[in-house]
Amino acid sequence: MALADKDRIFTNLYGYQPWNLKEAQARGAWDNTKALIERGNAAIIDEMKASGLRGRGGAGFPTGMKWSFMPKQPPLDQNGNPKPSFLVINADESEPGSCKDREIMRHDPHLLLEGALVAGFAMGARAAYIYIRGEYIREAETLFAARDEAYAAGLLGKNACGSGYDFDVFVHRGAGAYICGEETAMIESLEGKKGQPRLKPPFPAGAGLYGCPTTVNNVESIAVAPTILRRGAAWFSSFGRENNKGTKLFQISGHVNRPCVVEEEMSIPFSELIERHCGGIRGGKDNLLAVIPGGSSVPLVPAADIWDAPMDFDGLKAVGSGLGTAAVIVMDKSTDIVRAISRISYFYKHESCGQCTPCREGTGWMWRVMERLRTGDAHVDEIDMLQQVTKQVEGHTICALGDAAAWPIQGLIKHFRPEIERRIEARAGSLQEAAE
Amino acid sequence: MADRYIEPDTPELRARWGNFAWTEANAAKAKEVVARYPEGRQRSAVMPLLDLAQRQVGAELNTQGWLPIPVMEFLAEYLSMPVIRVVEVASFYTMYNIAPIGRFHVQVCGTTPCMLRGSDDIIAACKSRGMKKGHITGDGMWSFTEVECMGNCASAPMVQINDDNYEDLTAERMDAVLDALARGESPKAGTQDPARHTVEPVGEPTNLAAMVSANHDYRSEW
Repeated sequence: MALADKDRIFTNLYGYQPWNLKEAQARGAWDNTKALIERGNAAIIDEMKASGLRGRGGAGFPTGMKWSFMPKQPPLDQNGNPKPSFLVINADESEPGSCKDREIMRHDPHLLLEGALVAGFAMGARAAYIYIRGEYIREAETLFAARDEAYAAGLLGKNACGSGYDFDVFVHRGAGAYICGEETAMIESLEGKKGQPRLKPPFPAGAGLYGCPTTVNNVESIAVAPTILRRGAAWFSSFGRENNKGTKLFQISGHVNRPCVVEEEMSIPFSELIERHCGGIRGGKDNLLAVIPGGSSVPLVPAADIWDAPMDFDGLKAVGSGLGTAAVIVMDKSTDIVRAISRISYFYKHESCGQCTPCREGTGWMWRVMERLRTGDAHVDEIDMLQQVTKQVEGHTICALGDAAAWPIQGLIKHFRPEIERRIEARAGSLQEAAE
Repeated sequence: MADRYIEPDTPELRARWGNFAWTEANAAKAKEVVARYPEGRQRSAVMPLLDLAQRQVGAELNTQGWLPIPVMEFLAEYLSMPVIRVVEVASFYTMYNIAPIGRFHVQVCGTTPCMLRGSDDIIAACKSRGMKKGHITGDGMWSFTEVECMGNCASAPMVQINDDNYEDLTAERMDAVLDALARGESPKAGTQDPARHTVEPVGEPTNLAAMVSANHDYRSEW
């Protein structure tokens, strides 16, 4: 059973129609937002909890619960005045394979802005900062323009939507650092510093941006909120399996006939997603080698395990991987699988912020060994050594970049060790021949 | 971490950029940017202002723009923060050019999703025109960088040239884009596949078919 068009939240996903306020309103955005706000923050948070929405940025933390962590009574500053609270919207979409937030921001930005108001109100925030990755230059222009439209129409700013609630939305452009997608690095960056993650605790809900209570949410989590409130938690939770509810933007790249971004229901089997929307695997089902189902940070899954797997948090965990951002990178049998993973190792080496030694040194070290494994210029023992080193990086850093650098390599060794060994033997063999 | 080096601070550099100040339009823009952040938190504006300054330098030089040390000093004073904090930010984030750059900064994505779709061919097409990393071609036109994932994975491979993305590339399409830029034209940004609109599955729509021709409102079907 396919997700019906009427149940899609992002109806202008492909940008066939203008993103502007008038057209967005005709599609249902900003429709009596005042009434949503009048339900009160407790009711909004309860509805979000009941919907089963889990954060769409990768970790999958329940969104409603995250909002409820914001302090009911704002903490006081040194002068005894209550501190403001902030909503930070993570639009620093940089995980290799992920390209969904871009489509929301350039084709349906008003869904995001309305979501910002509703979410900001629910958690008692004074303002939202949308942190958009620097490379999304045209997308940021659209977002700035959409924000200006919303202000001009009285939907944001003082007495937003006539609700009596004052709420500002600001757009902040990044400048090319993957690490700023980590929530505390994003906060540092917003404060005008290098994007290096902070130690937790304190958690952002206690002391985040400018030391004030802050919640960081992904673009998609925020943009779906108004529709969930309008159509009800029961509607949203009618899609997907238990604990994996709702609709989700999937981004399919790599060796499929028709790569695309598409909204589907959670838990759709991999095969159905590929056959229905992507025109199948290039060269047919039997040509599938492996899939990275959730963006570069998650381990790859071999063809046999992925084909029938439900595309959701639990279904992909069961095959040793994760849903991540639902960025599905498909690799057929023509792929140099060691190079594909080595290129990801290079990515993490490039993006390590340099703060923690295991990551700063480890990502470079792991990439260099991966490059030797690619050509077979290594000893078989080094595969185990590499595995050990990934274990020494994983879990020993402030943020999860170290883990993210380790997991793809662990996935490769787990599933493709014979291929790595074959390359080492082939190279040793050719050297032997040359010597004789 | 990226291997990047700041252009050395020389008397010539100082003579050229020591008097850097906002243009009238940018002075107004800078004020508007600082106002986005709370009172006393003007340091938050360092990133957007570095971008603004880089663009102003670029407009003067007719290149993508870069950030000489005296320009960073100007920003430090403008935001009442130590110079080293500005330099730190400028050198941490890869989109700030800390050395001179050409008219067009050709940034080809080489990360795995683009690699799987043939970014090697795109990089080769650039190299065959004499582009290489950290180098400006003799005519001052082209700078080249292989960049990390740009978030256009469903329309890979792609290149970002200054402010625009060109997606669904092949070596021929890349050549056509570069030729057009060299002739001073503005090639159509976005997908270079004539059969594609943005990131929909190419061909017959698999979803949202009603949106193609009209701004359809699905609410009556709820």
